[in-house]
Amino acid sequence: MTASVFTVARPQDEEPGALLSRDTSEGLQELVSRSATAAAELDRETGAALRIPESESEVETFTDDGRMIINMGPQHPSTHGVLRIMLEIEGETVLRSKPVIGYLHTGMEKTAENLTYLQGATNVTRMDYLSPLNNELVFALAVEALLGIEIPERATWIRMLLSELNRISSHVMWLATNGMDLGSSSMMIFGFREREMVISFFEKASGLRMNHNYIRPGGVAADLPDGWEDDVMAIADTIEARIKDYNELLTGQPIFHERVFGVGIIRPEEAIALSATGPILRSTGVPWDLRREMPYLFYDKVDFDVVVGTVGDTYDRYSVRIHEILQSIRIVRQVLERMPSGPYRALDPKVTPPPRARVDESMEALIHHFKLFTEGIRVPPGETYQAIESPRGELGCYMVSDGSAKPYRMHIRGPSFVNLQSLPVMLHGGLLADGVAIISSVDPVMGEVDR
Amino acid sequence: MSEVAFVSLEEYTSYFAERREEGYTFLADLTAVDYLEAGHPGLPAEVRPERFEVVVNIRRFDQPSLLRVRTQVPAESPWVPSLVDLYPGAEAMEREVYDLLGIGFEGHPDLTRILLPEDWEGHPLRKDYGLGRVPVQFKEVRRHR
Repeated sequence: MTASVFTVARPQDEEPGALLSRDTSEGLQELVSRSATAAAELDRETGAALRIPESESEVETFTDDGRMIINMGPQHPSTHGVLRIMLEIEGETVLRSKPVIGYLHTGMEKTAENLTYLQGATNVTRMDYLSPLNNELVFALAVEALLGIEIPERATWIRMLLSELNRISSHVMWLATNGMDLGSSSMMIFGFREREMVISFFEKASGLRMNHNYIRPGGVAADLPDGWEDDVMAIADTIEARIKDYNELLTGQPIFHERVFGVGIIRPEEAIALSATGPILRSTGVPWDLRREMPYLFYDKVDFDVVVGTVGDTYDRYSVRIHEILQSIRIVRQVLERMPSGPYRALDPKVTPPPRARVDESMEALIHHFKLFTEGIRVPPGETYQAIESPRGELGCYMVSDGSAKPYRMHIRGPSFVNLQSLPVMLHGGLLADGVAIISSVDPVMGEVDR
Repeated sequence: MSEVAFVSLEEYTSYFAERREEGYTFLADLTAVDYLEAGHPGLPAEVRPERFEVVVNIRRFDQPSLLRVRTQVPAESPWVPSLVDLYPGAEAMEREVYDLLGIGFEGHPDLTRILLPEDWEGHPLRKDYGLGRVPVQFKEVRRHR
């Protein structure tokens, strides 16, 4: 199956002056020597990252040349949780900035070392709370790579279905918060409404609205509920139809355009150098999507497009996400058609607990059940790095096992954490008021940034 | 698709510079492990094990592949050259490793704690970091009853 690249279109009114002549009458524009550049300009070019200690922002007026260091957050409604950004501003212009994080740090990597592999999924699912199933998926993939077990086909298709539904709910939630940040309260309500549909389905399947612990090492926790096809079809049809509403509400609106066009531009070289992934990287035109480039699960068996932008501004990041929702719906429909029957978890008794009915009649089943839930799975020594494409970018899990029932080391490469590094580049030289739109377009989830 | 390479601390910078020239332009992940209580999995016999191991995952986009580079770092001087000049994206990742494992990066522009408060003592992801005690940060709460 194929996956081609789909470039999002930009509305025609992008450049109001496009019809005018581009020739200027400013005479010969020659390159002047470097020494002619003003000191202030050079200072700007040294970089976008502000590197001063976090405590120094107590002093508000930083220098006497009119620049100020101000704090945005950690309790600012537009910072998506507890993100604090130190901004060096000159008038209304942002020069350098530094994201200050750690306000939500709960030591999940350390916690993981004290939980068994079965308990571990409940820990990681709390990181990126907008796409919990993707966290569980990458954790389960890492454990399975160390165990070297095969997962039944149905379990893999179920994982793909839920991963894509989670991408839809995460992007819709992003549309909601982005709408709120840009002053569109209707979008906020719409986004939450659509997310509620997906969340209700997750509740039906796993019993929980968030933090499902549904995708576990060895498969999934339970089979999909009866009539899941109708539910998923309803979700796909409804959200697909409602994308038209969003287009009417935001995509074509001149006020929205004023807020997002040309705001927070990042170039492809910068995005790659700063290790940005996900919609940020793709909005610059780099068609990098792990689902296509290094397929996991059965992504090589379904048709979908990798959505890329052209300019790399806030509008492109918005547009890429809108189209990714449509691509996810496309994948979901294919999964609906191709879902095989069969077991939903591996049949290896050392990994999978026996069915409840077997425990009553079989001594081995009882022992396996007891051993699995008191001691946990023993994973052979080894180390692995598994990466998936979460809604925010490359979500990786580096896991080291020493042969015991708990991971010796578990490290999560959080896409939000790494993507935040490109924020100073996007904010550099822009207006302070655009900062809100730019922060929103990065889509940081602080639970994952701080872990 | 995924390979593992073992690189000594002396060749660390030059190795990454070469790989970058080759096409590995993207730094996917940088982390470290404290092997105080376990053996290094998959370590070849000719590599001398040390307490810390820095693990770097780099990718190339032209022929999608992942290369994992493992480097042994001795406990007595846990310092590694910084990769920020080659891969600017390493900045936050190296700060995280410094914060949680106490491995320093020479040449890093802003080597400070990133997740923990600036005055935190110790590096929690080290295996000898004391557990079993919850540091109380807010002691000044008065009882009303």
